[in-house]
Amino acid sequence: MRENDTRENDVILQTVSKIAVFIILTFGMYLFLSGHHNPGGGFIGGLTLASAVILLYITFDLETVNKGIPIDFKMVAAAGVLLSTLSGLGALLFGANFLSQSFAYFDLPLLGETELTTVVLFESGVALGVVGVVVTILINISEDV
Amino acid sequence: MNNILVFPMVIPIIAGVSLLFFRSYPSIQRWSSFISLLVVFFISIGSLEAIRRNGIMRLDFGGWAPPYGITFVGDSFAMLLVSTASLVSALCVLYAAFAGDKKREGAFQYPFMLLLVAGVNGAFLTGDLFNLFVCFEIMLLASYGLMTLGGEKKQLTEGIKYVLINILSSWFFLLGIAYIYGTLGTLNLAQLSQRIAEAGQPPMLTTISILFLVVFSLKAGLVLYFWLPGSYSVLPTAISALFAALLTKVGVYALIRTFTLLFYHEPGITHTIIGWMALITLVGGSIGVIAFVDIRKVAAYNVVVAIGFILVGLAANNEIGIQGSIYYLVHDIVIKALIFLLIGTIIYLTGIYRLDRMSGLITNYPLLGWIFLLAALSLGGVPPFSGFVGKLMVGQGSITAGQYFLAFAAFASSLFVLYSVIRIFLNMFWGQPMVGKLKQVHLPFGMMVPLIFLAVITTALGFGMNALTPYVADASNVLMNPEIYIEGALENE
Repeated sequence: MRENDTRENDVILQTVSKIAVFIILTFGMYLFLSGHHNPGGGFIGGLTLASAVILLYITFDLETVNKGIPIDFKMVAAAGVLLSTLSGLGALLFGANFLSQSFAYFDLPLLGETELTTVVLFESGVALGVVGVVVTILINISEDV
Repeated sequence: MNNILVFPMVIPIIAGVSLLFFRSYPSIQRWSSFISLLVVFFISIGSLEAIRRNGIMRLDFGGWAPPYGITFVGDSFAMLLVSTASLVSALCVLYAAFAGDKKREGAFQYPFMLLLVAGVNGAFLTGDLFNLFVCFEIMLLASYGLMTLGGEKKQLTEGIKYVLINILSSWFFLLGIAYIYGTLGTLNLAQLSQRIAEAGQPPMLTTISILFLVVFSLKAGLVLYFWLPGSYSVLPTAISALFAALLTKVGVYALIRTFTLLFYHEPGITHTIIGWMALITLVGGSIGVIAFVDIRKVAAYNVVVAIGFILVGLAANNEIGIQGSIYYLVHDIVIKALIFLLIGTIIYLTGIYRLDRMSGLITNYPLLGWIFLLAALSLGGVPPFSGFVGKLMVGQGSITAGQYFLAFAAFASSLFVLYSVIRIFLNMFWGQPMVGKLKQVHLPFGMMVPLIFLAVITTALGFGMNALTPYVADASNVLMNPEIYIEGALENE
């Protein structure tokens, strides 16, 4: 479904992108998860994840990608903000201050003793928000040109 | 721990963001925005009473004590404005719901309005300078959206000016924050107040205070109001009412807060400058209100005059002047929304912008006409409506401070304001009706409901000023005695 056949041959770009997208996505998830104790976190992880989507949009065209990923990224951003805010409000149910977070250690199968924390919910919201906003902005700019 | 403080900001955010999922259901959008703002109003009224009884409330986000965490501090001044702003914005949303602009409703008008209110409420409640900046930005981003929603050519022309001027002032704001953090090492308002008092506000800090004065003046439209009339007059009715009621008032709030809590040691310099700026604003605004025949411009310049008037009270820098400013601020939020809704309704009904092109509207729409007269009298500060007490006390404060010239200018400006709106009334409502009863555009009663409510509020505030007095007294007491705010913001838990 090529929109424009006069374009230059981009077999190499497309082949590399197909692999690179997964590497970028993995790296994005790594940054997101490592953010709890090391540099990284929802914002940076989100930006990296968004860059994978953007790479797809650059390599293929809008229509092809929209067909493959039929998601409205505005809604992704909204869902992210909603998740973050609600996770902040969740603390109120336990009689703590707004945005209070807590963590505990659990024995999980396969993973062993693992630290689980509520801040992951908040950060996932941030990541979704960043992905949604960045992709929406770039799609809108490309439509204007 | 006072989690209730976060609701005036979080409820509009949650409502606004959830509504993004209901893009194609206008009725859900309308009513849930209205109801959520009403809920915020009742919560903030409850908090206002609690603050009067138990003193200043403080909330540390995530349990991080100041100055490390994000802090919300609710004193009577902030909560009074939050209550008024929430009620008035609920009524503006109600008007938008009945006006039913399908194009804008489909383009996320209500989420933007809710986010604007979230930013405004956050700016009132925040306890540190950086979050004041953040809330300003939330409010401004939402206002950029609302400004250009619809994409008409005129809107985009005015929109680009509005965006540029605000980006510039935000940059200055950030610069000021950097300077103050560099000199004092904190951004928590209470701590800043302590440290500035210890240092005795040396010339360096006074200079920084002037930077803040410039930034907030731009937001408030004090002297630097050149962007205001153009941008306000291209907006659809409900949004222009929301802008007129809230946006400049946040700038005024920031001015009053910073120059009573932080930079109050050199009133000879800072407050004198504020006095001169208020004077220039009063004169410029008064010229504006009588110079134009475009009723949208007249309304926009009325916003400018009011800003000058409120800051005459701050320039007086005594308890009675500040009290007058608070009364007038509350009154002004209500009456500016009412005036802009009325002007918008007139334009909706007649399609005419010039006051000399229409006459006799009162025969066609009697209720609208009488509400307009009531609003005009209230705007001019005629007793028994809500503007009177504020004007009286600002004048008293000015005279007590020996600023006779400012007091004179303030009262003279009231006459110009009264003249400008009465002129609209006499030209457009009085006289020979130009449209026959049968041909007139139908005015849905739903659009009248918010107007009636606002008119009732301004009358009730006028007659029942005594009900407001304890809260205003508490607010001005905190503003005039920074140590109460400091104690509340750093020690109350």
